[in-house]
Amino acid sequence: MKPVRWLGRLALRLTRGIGAVALFTGRGLFGLHPFHGRALLAQFIQIGWLSLPVVGLTALFTGAALALQIHSGGARFQAGDVVPAIVAIGMVRELGPVLGGLMVAARVASSIAAEIGTMKVTEQIDALVTLSTDPMRWLVTPRLWAGFLTVPLLVGVGDIIGIMGGWIVGTQSLGFTSAAYLSNSWAYLEQWDVLSGLIKGAAFGLIVAVSGCWFGMRSDRGAAGVGRATKSAVVAAAVGILAANFLLTGAFFQ
Amino acid sequence: MSGLAKNGPLIETRGLTKSFGPKQVLAGVDLAVGQGESLCVIGQSGTGKSILLKCILGLVEPDAGEVLWQGQRLTPARRRDFLSGFGMLFQGAALFDSLTVWQNVGFRLRQRMSDARARAIAVEKLARVGLGPETADLMPAELSGGMAKRAALARAIADDPQVIFFDEPTTGLDPIRARRINELIRGIVTETGATAITITHDMQSVRAIGDRVALLQDGRIAWDGPVARMAAADPLKAFLGAE
Repeated sequence: MKPVRWLGRLALRLTRGIGAVALFTGRGLFGLHPFHGRALLAQFIQIGWLSLPVVGLTALFTGAALALQIHSGGARFQAGDVVPAIVAIGMVRELGPVLGGLMVAARVASSIAAEIGTMKVTEQIDALVTLSTDPMRWLVTPRLWAGFLTVPLLVGVGDIIGIMGGWIVGTQSLGFTSAAYLSNSWAYLEQWDVLSGLIKGAAFGLIVAVSGCWFGMRSDRGAAGVGRATKSAVVAAAVGILAANFLLTGAFFQ
Repeated sequence: MSGLAKNGPLIETRGLTKSFGPKQVLAGVDLAVGQGESLCVIGQSGTGKSILLKCILGLVEPDAGEVLWQGQRLTPARRRDFLSGFGMLFQGAALFDSLTVWQNVGFRLRQRMSDARARAIAVEKLARVGLGPETADLMPAELSGGMAKRAALARAIADDPQVIFFDEPTTGLDPIRARRINELIRGIVTETGATAITITHDMQSVRAIGDRVALLQDGRIAWDGPVARMAAADPLKAFLGAE
């Protein structure tokens, strides 16, 4: 009976946990009144604008490496010409959103969890309540919306930079002309390829922001508590992104 | 005549209890504070003074009992009105790291007036606690412990509150700065006529700030009376002896 009981408890805990996170996300997303525009703008800059260098560099090197890989692998069956199309499709459908999401998770989920966790430990969240301000609306809502809205933009920019990474390698060392590379890139790319990647980006941005806020708000007392919250936020965001990517890919392309 | 005797209680707790696991921290706290009164709640570390304060503010949900404000039960719906009429000085100042000093002080004001107006009031309140206008644009991390406490005090009084809570106002300060903070608090409470509730274990603070003192012991109020009579109160002797 013990394994059954253990499994039952695990299922109950898991269900409770998912329910709690869903309620937290709902409260965060729909807590727009009063609207804290300045806090939202600050998070757009923090999550979106300041993540651009890391997402851009990741996309650039990924696109360049992908071009080399496809060319080398494709040469085995005389398919080296497909490099531009596969780099473009691979970047916009999969690598752009996933790697962009993971880089944002590393940069943003940790920083959100550490910031909110420290605020909790130092009674700043209690101070917000005493100043008639709902911490959910002031801290969580702007971060959730900023994650949801800016990560797709980052993914879009990352897609372009990634394709450019492939173009640099293709034209500099694989023998493609610039015009041929670019026309091959666009020729096989469909609107839905791009759109599906942007939808993934929005989902991943939300996962990152929810993870950071959830673990930050539940941070234990002390520096160790903030450290644990930060680590948990990054791990949960990364695993959440990979799991969501699998589910969304199945839903979009099967 | 005290504010409590004159006008009845402004804030009252009835039978507040709170446990954390097997440990009962509050075991039925009955306490009342009147309009314009300065009450100090004392007790040894870990006796639940801060939990009592957080229960009154709604930051911690009590297991049983109730908090009354102006004679009416404080429900979640009334809490926003209640919170809009008071200020709080936290033990560790609790200034928002991401905002400048004036933005901290004018936090509540900025929600209903222009930044220029809020800043002017914030600078005025900073001056009231002895901080010059040059501190307005500093970040909290650039302030010393004493300055942070003063800035937090300025934030607590920024909106001319009816009630001010002070949680261990002199903790972490040297005796000279602690005395200065006590004097500031006394001056502000006298000048504004605000009701003050101070949580402390510093008897210098009690003598400087309080009109009345309540001793929290074993989760209950073990003694409650005027500061002038505390030296003769038996339950307080052990506490005062440890000074």
